[in-house]
Parts: sequence; structure tokens; C-alpha cells
Amino acid sequence: MKKILVLLFTLVCVVGLVTGCGGGAANENENDNGDVAATEVKIGINYELTGNVASYGESSVKGIMMAFDEINAAGGIDGMKIVPIKVDNKSDPAEATSLATRLMTQEDVVACLGPATSGNYMATIPVAMGNEIPIISASATADEGVTVDKKGNVNEYVFRLCYNDTFQGVTMANFAANNLSAKNAVIIQDKSSDYAEGLAKNFISTFEGTGGTIVVQEGYVAKDKDFNAILTKIKGEEFDVIFLPGYYQEAGLVIKQARDLGITAPVLGADGFDSPVLLELAGADALNDVYFSNHYSSLDKDPKVQDFIAAYTEKYGVEPNAFNALGYDLGNYIADAIKRAGSTDPIAVKDALAGTENFVGVTGSFSMGADHNPVKSIVVIGLKDGVQSTSVKVGPK
Amino acid sequence: MEQFLQQVVNGISLGSIYALIALGYTMVYGIINLINFAHGDVYMIGAYIGFAAITYAKLGFFPALVITMILCAILGVVIERVAYKPLRNSTRIAVLITAIGVSLLLEYVMMFFVGAEVRSYPKVLSGEVFHLVGVVINIQQIYIVVTAIALMILLQFIVHKTKIGKAMRAVSVDQDAAQLMGIKVDSTISYTFAIGSAFAGAAGVLVGIYYNSIDPLMGIMPGLKAFIAAVFGGIGSIPGAMIGGLSIGIMETLVSGYGNSMYRDAAVFAFLIIILILKPTGLLGKNTREKV
Repeated sequence: MKKILVLLFTLVCVVGLVTGCGGGAANENENDNGDVAATEVKIGINYELTGNVASYGESSVKGIMMAFDEINAAGGIDGMKIVPIKVDNKSDPAEATSLATRLMTQEDVVACLGPATSGNYMATIPVAMGNEIPIISASATADEGVTVDKKGNVNEYVFRLCYNDTFQGVTMANFAANNLSAKNAVIIQDKSSDYAEGLAKNFISTFEGTGGTIVVQEGYVAKDKDFNAILTKIKGEEFDVIFLPGYYQEAGLVIKQARDLGITAPVLGADGFDSPVLLELAGADALNDVYFSNHYSSLDKDPKVQDFIAAYTEKYGVEPNAFNALGYDLGNYIADAIKRAGSTDPIAVKDALAGTENFVGVTGSFSMGADHNPVKSIVVIGLKDGVQSTSVKVGPK
Repeated sequence: MEQFLQQVVNGISLGSIYALIALGYTMVYGIINLINFAHGDVYMIGAYIGFAAITYAKLGFFPALVITMILCAILGVVIERVAYKPLRNSTRIAVLITAIGVSLLLEYVMMFFVGAEVRSYPKVLSGEVFHLVGVVINIQQIYIVVTAIALMILLQFIVHKTKIGKAMRAVSVDQDAAQLMGIKVDSTISYTFAIGSAFAGAAGVLVGIYYNSIDPLMGIMPGLKAFIAAVFGGIGSIPGAMIGGLSIGIMETLVSGYGNSMYRDAAVFAFLIIILILKPTGLLGKNTREKV
């Protein structure tokens, strides 16, 4: 028994040594022959493939892979094939951080894509800054601490492809006041997420600025299932709209229970509503007069959007949602930057990402702002019987 | 007034669920003095069994409920045989820690197989609503309350009118003496686990249908609340668990409805601390002196 253990141990050591050497040799090759064209470019994909926001991660990755497959099929980036290295951070910030470290220090990636949610994405920022390798998220919408740090300095290696929560909160408040002529609003927010907190704060200040009143503000925490008590309470109040900043798991249940109790007021939300699970949880009957801000709408008549929808539907058999679209844009955006940089050096790629002008994507065209946030428009989607029926585009501030 | 009645209706349907889970806690505690922390997870697995029975086997509400109860009963007995029985003569802390281990095991094994995503329940009961003097009552709420009451009556009948119930009561009073009287202690304990787990499974199906959302960690919070309900009613007492469950449910909705919804859980747990200080035996608990 002891002998076997010793043998095993030796084997592990040898394997470790060999693979370690292999990695090192590859590194040297790349460094020594910087001018010799590489044949492949590695891109890390660090997403929530399991865990409580797996729906966002999976959707994003499907979009990214579709973009990469298209680019590789068309000959790659200047002849270099894209090699995606996909890892699952289990929707956990600690896991996301250690995987980002692994991708950057052991896999020699040019850039890392993801994670999808702000909390997990922010956890990987110190790793990117330390290793000087750019990271990009297509859906981390948090206001603070993403592309700009607490002191107001731009995080050089951190980018995103989406607007932030301020813009969503402000847009929804203006939408309530102007399009729905609402005077009184009720807020039911997820108290356990920064995302919902940011949305609620901006909604309130803008809505009150338009002369509206916030009648009641109620809260819940993630994983709650029973909202009847707070809904019964607000039912006794006079209000025109409900603003519901939060994620689809609870939002679906809140909407269902509200409609069951006979509350028919319009419900407003943000991009956290965008998941097919919302329809499953709430049921089609409940999803009337529900509006949420989003990155893209499948109702958009732009031929680029319609082509994407057709291609995606053919590849995966379902219509793409906003996370699929953002993922697709993200895949094309990083490929475009590498092409413009003309090299696989992470620092050159970072400069190319920052210097992006008029990138045309399915979630709208944008130029990268000085604060590494894109300047792009927002879409407000209206649901009728659980299906997207209206979409209103609102331009950047 | 209408709003108050509506809140009470909300509270009773939530409380019935807590009561069904609390019964399992209280029965197991009554018989082997163990707080079975895995109980909330049996409830979760019940929800998934019901989900599978309705979605894949295309069963209706009642067959799905019965199948879930049977399978959960078997699961409860297996847990008892594998995890708790070998430790019956160990310290109580060892068994308690094992119970926490079993709870985590069930949660994460389930997560491995079904994923962490929330799932929505298939529609088996209509979501029709009645209006009764301004109060909205969902037909699913009626199902929950009626099922809970029916099961509790059944339990009272089992405990007080059948031979196995008599054996349970005997074992809970004095295990050694019961054994000397020719009662099979092992199988009596297994029956207790079977009945408690079956009730938790039933609660899982009811919650799945009512809230339409299940996930592998759904058992944690209701498990803790049901435990508080059992303590409030007097742990070991079956009517106490029912009263405790309903009280906690109504209390929660009233705190959210008239106070601040963010203090709901805090209020419930503060309540537990107050009970433990003022009346550690609970509402209907017997004040027995610890035998030395």
C-alpha cells in the first residue's frame, strides 16, 4: 500500500514538472518570437454557468460562442483562430476571482470576458489590474466600482458594453412619468442586491424630480417566495405604477401574486427581468402592462438585428434574449479590438478597446467613453400576455 | 378591516405550511430528542418529487401528493437508518452535527442533479380566485389549508387511536421501559421519521404549486421557521406544532403588512429568543425534569 502511494506521489510530481515545463516553453516561444505571427489567440470566458444567476451566464456564453464560431469560420482574426477557454465561476465572487487568476497566469489569455453580474465582475477587477490583462463584461451594470474606482480614477483594464444602473433608473422614472402619466409610484425592491439599490435610488430622485410621489417603499430579500403580505399592504394605497427593481426569480413571483390579489397597475423593472424564467414563474396572464428597460429588443427592425435573430434561432432553436445579444456583441467587440491592435499583446488590445469608435452591434452602435462605459441607447420593452409587444428606444444622455 | 382579514388569510396559508413542517420536527424531537435539521431538505426534495410526478409522469394533484408522501417517508426512514441510528447511544451533539451534515448533503446532491436554477411548477390546480366580503382567496390557498388540516386530523388519529401511535407515545415517555414492555423501539422510531417526512413532502408539493417556484436551497428558511414554530408550540407537542405554525405565519404577514417588511425575519427570530427566555417549554410543552 505504502509503495503504491509513493509511486502515485512520484507520478504526480513528474506530471506536474512536465506540464509546468511545457507551459513555460510555450511562453518563451511567444515572447522570443513576438514578430512571428501567432496561429491562435486565447480568450478567457469566466461566466456563471451554474449557481443562482446561471441563466445570465449561460445566455451570455451562447452569444459569445456564436460570434467566435462565425469569426473562426470566416478565417479568424487575421488568420488567427480564436480559442475560447471556458470556465464556470458557479455564480460565486471568490470562485470568479480565482478562475480569473488562473486564466491570466496559467492560460496566457489575451483578455477575459465576463462574469455577467456586477458583484462577480467587480471581484475580478484587482486580478485584471494586477496582471495587466483587459477584462470586459457585457452586462455588469452597477454604478460604482466597475470601470471607475472609488477615487474616480478609470480602471485602465476594465471595460463594459452596457449602460449603468443610473441610466436605467432614470429612464424608467421618465418613462413612468411621461409615457404612463404616473403621479404616484410604489417601490418593491430587492434589499439584498446593490443592483436593485442603485436602480431604486435613481428612480426615486428622477421620479420626484418630475413632480411624482413615492407612496410606499417596500423591500424583500433574494429567495423570498411569499409577497402577499406586502402586496396586500400596498393594495390599500393609491398609486399608478409599481417599480420593481430586482431579478427575475423574485420579480416573477411578485408579479404573479400581485395580479392574483387584483393589483392591475403597470409594473416597471430593469434588465434583471430579461429571462424566459420570468414567464414561467409569473404565467402569461399576469404579464400584462409590464415594462422593463433592456439592452436590445427582438422587435427592432434594424436588418443587423433581424439577421442576428435569424442566425441565432437557426443555431440554437430559440429566439435570442438580451444576454445572448450582449454576448454576441461582446465576442465581436473583442475580436474587432484584437484586429485593430494588430497584435495579441494585452496592453495593445486594451488601447484598442479604449479607442473604439462607432462599433456597430446588435445591441446598438456605440463609441467607448473616456470612463470605459459605452455611449449607447436604451430600449424599454412592454409585455402583453408574456410576449414582447412594444419597444421604445431612448437615446444616451 | 378588509386588509386585516386579507392579511390573516395570507398568514393562515403560509402558517399551514410551517405547521406541516413543524410536525416532523416535533415528532422526531418528542421521540429521540433530536432536532432533525435535515427535515427542511426533505421538504425540498418533496417539492422536486412532486414536480417530477406532475411534469414527467403527468399525474394530477392528489396522485402526485400521495406518491411524494410515500417517497419522502422512505427517504426519512433511510436517513434515520443510515445517519442517526448508528449514533443512538452517542452524545446528543454528535447526532445534531450529523443532522446538519445530512442537511447539507441533501441540498448539494440535489443541486448537482437538478442544478441551482429556480424551476417553475407545472399548473395542476387552477389559480381561480374567490371574492369573499372584499377578501381575495385563491383556490390554491384553500387546497393548502384543507390538505394541512386533513393531514393533521389523520396524524391525531394515528397517534391516539392506533397501536403504532400508542407505541410512539410509549417510546417518547421512556424508551427503555417501552422496550421492556415488548415495543419494537427501532421500528417505532422509523415510523415516526416516515410520518414526519411524509408531511414535509406534502408541504413541499403544496408550496411548489402555490408559489410556483422551487430550488435546491428552498428548505433552509422554512425549515428554520418551522423549527421556531415547533419551539413556540412546545417541542414534542403535536397540537403545539400546529398552533405554533399558524401563529408564526400570521405573525410574519402582520409584521410585513403593518410594520416594515424588512423586519419580518428579524421579528420571528427575536420571538424565538423571547420564548426561550420566558417559557422554554413553549405554549403546550410539558415541564419535565431532566432525569439524572
